[in-house]
Amino acid sequence: MSQDLTNLVYLAAAALFIFALKRLSHPRTALRGNMMGAFGMLLAIAVTLLVAIRDEDISGTGYWLIGIGLSIGLIAGTLLALRVPMTGMPQMVGLLNGFGGGASLLVASSELVSKMPEMREALAAGTISQTIYFFVGSTMAAGVIGAITFFGSLVAAGKLQELKWVPNGNIIPGQQVVNFLLLALIIAGAAWGTYELKMVWIYWIIIILAAVVGVMITTPIGGADMPVVICLLNSYSGLAAAATGFVLNNNGLIIAGSLVGSSGLILCQIMCKAMNRPLTNVLFGKLAPAEGSATADEVYAGKVKSASADEIGMLLETARRVVIVPGYGMAVSQAQHAVRDLASALEARGAEVEYGIHPVAGRMPGHMNVLLAEANIPYDKVKEMDEINPTFEQTDVAIVIGANDVVNPVARTDPKSPIAGMPILDVDKARTVVVVKRSLSPGFAGIPNPLFAADNALMYFGDGKKAILDLVAAIKQAS
Amino acid sequence: MNMMLFANLLLADSSAVEAMSPAAMFVIALTVFVLATFVGFEVITKVPPTLHTPLMSGSNAISGITIIGAILVAGLKLNWLTAALGVLAIGFAMTNVVGGFLVTHRMLGMFKKKD
Repeated sequence: MSQDLTNLVYLAAAALFIFALKRLSHPRTALRGNMMGAFGMLLAIAVTLLVAIRDEDISGTGYWLIGIGLSIGLIAGTLLALRVPMTGMPQMVGLLNGFGGGASLLVASSELVSKMPEMREALAAGTISQTIYFFVGSTMAAGVIGAITFFGSLVAAGKLQELKWVPNGNIIPGQQVVNFLLLALIIAGAAWGTYELKMVWIYWIIIILAAVVGVMITTPIGGADMPVVICLLNSYSGLAAAATGFVLNNNGLIIAGSLVGSSGLILCQIMCKAMNRPLTNVLFGKLAPAEGSATADEVYAGKVKSASADEIGMLLETARRVVIVPGYGMAVSQAQHAVRDLASALEARGAEVEYGIHPVAGRMPGHMNVLLAEANIPYDKVKEMDEINPTFEQTDVAIVIGANDVVNPVARTDPKSPIAGMPILDVDKARTVVVVKRSLSPGFAGIPNPLFAADNALMYFGDGKKAILDLVAAIKQAS
Repeated sequence: MNMMLFANLLLADSSAVEAMSPAAMFVIALTVFVLATFVGFEVITKVPPTLHTPLMSGSNAISGITIIGAILVAGLKLNWLTAALGVLAIGFAMTNVVGGFLVTHRMLGMFKKKD
C-alpha cells in the first residue's frame, strides 16, 4: 500500500475522531460518537498492520512481537475497563493518561535507538542532514513530555487510589524551585543534544530528569486540586502523541494528539475558573491560610442545630421542591444508589427533585454526573451550577451530601477568605438546608463553613449512605 | 512525445516532493498541529459539563493513537532493545485505546433520559 493511501486512511481516522468529539456534545448522540472514535482507531490500527505486513524489514519475529503487544493491551484494557467501579474513574483516567504518555516515551526512545547507526555514519562522514536535526529535536520533545506524563500520572493515580506508599506533599525542601531548575536543565540538555549530535546520548539523562520532574510536580498537589492535575496530564498525553507525530512525520498522530491536548487544556481552564484561582496558583501555590477570619469555635459555638432522620423525614413530608447537592463525600460512601432511593421516595409523594452539581465537585470534572447516571438518575434532572442557582429561592429543602467548600457562603461575603470569589452553589437561599456530613470538619480549604450554623440549616450527622438510607426508611414509615 | 514529457514532469515533481526540505516538512506538520488545536478548542467547548468525565476517558483513548508508531517500531527486528521497547509501547498504547473506549462506552450507556 502506498504511503499516500496510508496517509489518507490516517486522515479518515482523524476525521472520525473529530466527529466523535463533536457528538459528545449531547448525551443522546455521545454513545454513537464514541463508537465512531473507536472505529477510527480500528481503521488506523488495521492499515498500520497492513503496512507492517508489506514492510520487508518486518517478518517472523516481528509479527510475533506485534501480536504479543496487541494481546497484552487488549486483555489489560478490557479487564481495567470492565472492572473499575464508577467511583474509581479518576484513578482509571489518570492511569490511562500515564499509559498514553508512556507509549509516546517508548516509541520515541526506540526510534532514537533504531536511527543510531545511521546517525553515527552521518557523523563519521560529516554529512549530517537537516532531517536528522529535526528528527532528534522532536524525539527529545516526545520523550520528555512522555516521561513527565507517565510518571506524573502514575503518582496522580496512586494518590487518588490512596495508596499509602505514594509520596504526598513536598518530598524535598524548595521543591518548586528545584522543579524549575530541572525543567530548565532538561530544555538546555535537549537543545544541546540536538545541536551537537555527538551528545545525543544526553537524551537518556534528560528522560530520567523528566521522570523526576513528573513525580515532583504531582506530589505536592492535593485534594480538591486533583481534577486540575488530571486534566493537565490528559492534555500532556495528547501533546506527547502529537510530538510523536512530529518524530514519525505522521499527520494522523499530530491531529489526534492536538485534539486531546486542547481538550485537557479547556477542562483545566473550566476547573480553575470554577475555583477562582489561576492555573499557576493551583500548580505551584498553596491555599493561603485564612488570616483574620473566624475560627471554627466562633462560627459554630452554640449555633449548630443537629437533627435526626425522623425529624428530617417530617420536614421533607411537606416539601414541594427538593434540590440535592452531592460532593466527593457521596462518592466515598458510595451513596449514589441511596440518593436515588431518596429521590424516588420524595417523588412518590409528589415532590420535585433536582440535582445541583458544582464544576469542581468530586475528583474529576463530571464525576458526580457519572455516579448519578450509574444510579439511573435521568441526566436532565442533573443541573449545572448556573442553571440551578436561581432556583434555590423557590426550593423548600436543599440536601447537601458530602460537599463543603463548594457551598460555603464565605466565598461571597469575606474577601479575605482563601476561597473568596469562588462561585458557589447558593444552597443557603433555600428555605431549609440539610447537610449530611460525618462531622463539622473543614473541607480542603481548611476553613469553617458558616452555612452549618445558619438559622435555616440542619446538620444530619452520619455516614452518607447509611444516613440517606435511614432517611428513606423514615419517609416511607411516615406515609 | 508530449506524454513522455508529461510523465517526466510528474516523475521530477514526485522526486522533488521526496526531497522536500526538512524545514518545509516541519512547517507543514506545525501548521497541521496548530489548526487541529483550534478545531479541538471549537469542538470541545461545546461538550456539556455532564459529559466531562466521558470526554476525558474518550479523548484519552484517542491519544492512544501512538499505537501506530509503536506497531511499526516493534516489528523492525533491529535489536533486542528496540523490540522490547516496541512491544512495551504497543502494550501501553493498546491498553490505553481499548480501556479508554470501553470504559467510555460503559459510562455513556448509563446516561438515560427521564421516561
